[in-house]
Amino acid sequence: MHQTFDAALGINLLHANQEGADHNREHFDEWGIICLNVMSSPGAGKTVLLERTLAALSSELKIAVIEGDMTTELDADRLRKYNVPVIAINTGRSCHLDSKMVAGGIHQLSYQYNPAEFDLVLVENVGNLVCPAEFEVGEHAKVALLSLTEGEDKPLKYPVMFQEADCLLITKMDLAPHLDVDVDRIVANVRQMNPHVAIVPVSAKTGEGLDAWFDWVRFQIKRSAPAKQQLSVVH
Amino acid sequence: MHETDMTKALIITVKDWWESQPVPPQISCIHLIVGKFTCVEPVSLQFAFNVQKQNTFLEGVELAIQETPLIAFCHHCQQDYFPEMGCQYACPQCQYPMEDIRSGRELKIDRIEYSFETEDSAAYAPNL
Repeated sequence: MHQTFDAALGINLLHANQEGADHNREHFDEWGIICLNVMSSPGAGKTVLLERTLAALSSELKIAVIEGDMTTELDADRLRKYNVPVIAINTGRSCHLDSKMVAGGIHQLSYQYNPAEFDLVLVENVGNLVCPAEFEVGEHAKVALLSLTEGEDKPLKYPVMFQEADCLLITKMDLAPHLDVDVDRIVANVRQMNPHVAIVPVSAKTGEGLDAWFDWVRFQIKRSAPAKQQLSVVH
Repeated sequence: MHETDMTKALIITVKDWWESQPVPPQISCIHLIVGKFTCVEPVSLQFAFNVQKQNTFLEGVELAIQETPLIAFCHHCQQDYFPEMGCQYACPQCQYPMEDIRSGRELKIDRIEYSFETEDSAAYAPNL
């Protein structure tokens, strides 16, 4: 007789990616590094934001960048001018970074440098508002960018990204006078699904809001400092 | 098209399970639960699975996807509500933000249906 059986699995589809992300985070914690996963649609201004961030903070913080790009090293080359380690990861046809790719970047960093010297790893994800939201890479916080030109409705249309974000930067604020975009509407739409997200309107061109963003980054590092001390007591 | 990657992950997980069985069974159906509030499109997942299963141990295996609705709990009104994807996520009664998602974020391999070949199943007859 042909008998049918049933096995209950209850395993997350992204189980393997999640395990990898947790492993990456353990490395970061061990070295006292804060990792931020920077995500947005293509052209929202991730790279220029990182340029401004490196210019302002690399004298007080030891920073490395893991740069995800589908096929080129154009962004990585821009960031290398700031004399920080930039590890480029070509994702090929994949439209997001996953934890395994970032693990490769971490190993490269620890091979070439003493990772314990670093305070901050900025991961620039592939430009995409959909997939990166589902694939954790081992970050401590998610930073989403939304440029003014994308319109007020994008948080409603791509809710997972905005619901998961710990910090939202509304970029290209210098264009506000030329556009019929209501910044308050963007904020209200995001707050509908993520009431606690830090929202910072910025312009990389004029410098508006960047100090508030730098303070947010500093705060993430400061917040982790007690954990860092505890860790060194344990060892 | 990250459903391709999701399908890869699915096949690897099922293969691990299949190989861990004392006698690798014949899988007939894999049941997934996919929430509405995820970045996964069931049609794309089904398509990717049908392509990737060819010439593997999953050839001929069916993929059944159960979608779960987005349900949030409003702590202010003390009740569940159905946010309207793409339009309205806050509580329709009091406008309190969607904070507590009770359903809709699932991305899970729920269960696997399988059987054994006829000659193997004879060994399972209790009176033998």
